[in-house]
Amino acid sequence: MIGEKPAGSTATGSANLAGLRKATSRPWLATWSLLRREFVRFIRQRHRVFGALGQPVIFLLLLGGGLGGSFRNPMIAGRQGYFEYFFPGTLLLVLLFTAIFSTISVIEDRKEGFLQSVLISPTPAWAIVLGKTLGGTALALVQAVVILLAAPLVGIEFHPLAWLGAVGVMFVIALGMTALGHLIAWRMDSVQGYHAIMNVALLPMWLLSGAFFPAAGAAVWMRVVMFINPLTYGLSALRHLLYLREPAMSAGLPSLLVSVLVAVGATAATLAGAVFVTRAPVRGV
Amino acid sequence: MPQATLNAELAGHTAAAGDFSSAIRVRSLSHSYGARRALAGVDFDVSSGELFGILGPNGGGKSTTFRILATLLIPDGGNAWILGHDVVRERDAVRQLIGVAFQSPALDIKLSVRENLMHHGHLYGLSGSALRERMEDALVRTGLTERRAEMAESLSGGLRRRLELAKALLTHPAVLLLDEPTVGLDPRAREEFWRLVNELRQSQQMTVVATTHLLEEAAGCDRIAILDEGTLVGLGSPAELCHQIEGEVITLRGPGVARRLAEISAEFGLALQSEGESWRGVTLAGHDVAARLADRLGNDLESVSVARPTLADVFRQKTGHGFAEAGQDGQ
Repeated sequence: MIGEKPAGSTATGSANLAGLRKATSRPWLATWSLLRREFVRFIRQRHRVFGALGQPVIFLLLLGGGLGGSFRNPMIAGRQGYFEYFFPGTLLLVLLFTAIFSTISVIEDRKEGFLQSVLISPTPAWAIVLGKTLGGTALALVQAVVILLAAPLVGIEFHPLAWLGAVGVMFVIALGMTALGHLIAWRMDSVQGYHAIMNVALLPMWLLSGAFFPAAGAAVWMRVVMFINPLTYGLSALRHLLYLREPAMSAGLPSLLVSVLVAVGATAATLAGAVFVTRAPVRGV
Repeated sequence: MPQATLNAELAGHTAAAGDFSSAIRVRSLSHSYGARRALAGVDFDVSSGELFGILGPNGGGKSTTFRILATLLIPDGGNAWILGHDVVRERDAVRQLIGVAFQSPALDIKLSVRENLMHHGHLYGLSGSALRERMEDALVRTGLTERRAEMAESLSGGLRRRLELAKALLTHPAVLLLDEPTVGLDPRAREEFWRLVNELRQSQQMTVVATTHLLEEAAGCDRIAILDEGTLVGLGSPAELCHQIEGEVITLRGPGVARRLAEISAEFGLALQSEGESWRGVTLAGHDVAARLADRLGNDLESVSVARPTLADVFRQKTGHGFAEAGQDGQ
């Protein structure tokens, strides 16, 4: 009997009935709806709004300002102070943190049961992933743009087109980070476990991206990690765009083209991974 | 199923086709969680338009069956079809046909009643005026019109269930799956919930499958499947199942009954089983036996009663243990 289709199971009777009742799937509508939901939830949680706007400013002032006063890195070129060196790294940190917080909602949705009803809807997995990740991406981008607007204050002046390019690169990074967060959060059932993974995996990824210190002068193994870390390339693309008029400032980094290609490739890969785990049916428990 | 009922089903739902097919067909369904066997080869059919109950104690396998039908879990073995579509191989087709209400309502508590319905509609491809009409309809049917603007987190347990039901109805499903839909509801809310489900079942011509661990709830279904330890121990209408027990159920209470079990068995042919503080047994001539027992046991007997068999007796007879004692290890 196993694997055998029972006679009459495709009877026209039920097929007709089914035809009338069939719900259709409109993936982009579903994506938009899930994205909108992320925003509404964000705005309704006041402390999240406060944290999201306060955090980047605090990071920039405390880390950049504090560390800049304490260290002088001879490897950092010319007139650039640490505060300024740290600026693109702050952008990256903000993108990363918002990605972490936004994908926690995957675990919350699972706990609240909401995810179950999304999963058994006719919505394809890719639309679920895009809805969830674009929501987090948009939130991260808004915060990062707030900081980017402050760039002239730390002495970075750049062309409006470069500014647009920087926003584009930040979008790619944010999407990649939220997709990675989704990928990790999908199989997890506790927020604590997720935090643990984030601390041991994602923060080092940020530290070894060139955000904190340049690759030149670092230990060999660190340079290897930095070389294979996709965030290095995202950050490199950002530095190139911020200093488009001063190529000397991005000396020693991968070229803009290579940086952008690697960043886009990494984002595509994490998105594909996120879709893969979301589509995977539940076996066992 | 009697032929007359079957014909009525046909007339109601598949008149154009003239061919009858089960809304749900389950064959040799089995599943294990690690070493624990949750389902050990279960077969049953659900007819179109039926209110079908899956009754069993915790750990009996009903939630596993539900999760498989709802396309949330892939079984280790066997098959299940909903309106002719395999729940594993044609998962997407099945998802377009079913409405599901989960045991713990799958609501977004940070959204309002209306918003919950709206997002749910979007996931099923509904938008614009069509969605608005369906939302209105679902709100009216579930009596939530006045609450539309309230946040889901401010709703009581009963209202959350109703919202969950409204979500499931929004998509006009051909088959509605309910997992323990009345857990945590007081008896009045429970009664109201079932009245609503029955109304909707008739007006929307839905097939409804509900899991329950409540005997009185199962008694209200058209047909039930009784699961215990992953096997099907009974299948049929509550009346049919109860009729399978020939005779009547005698319940004895009293301080001395336990001492005289052997005597009662020898004299009256009555095999008694303990249930809490009372003893129950089945006999063909209930009232006669009860009267003679009362004479014979004297002060050892406190009370004796005779009743027609209930689903609890069916369960006891089929499994050898009481419904309340089963599945104590939880799920």
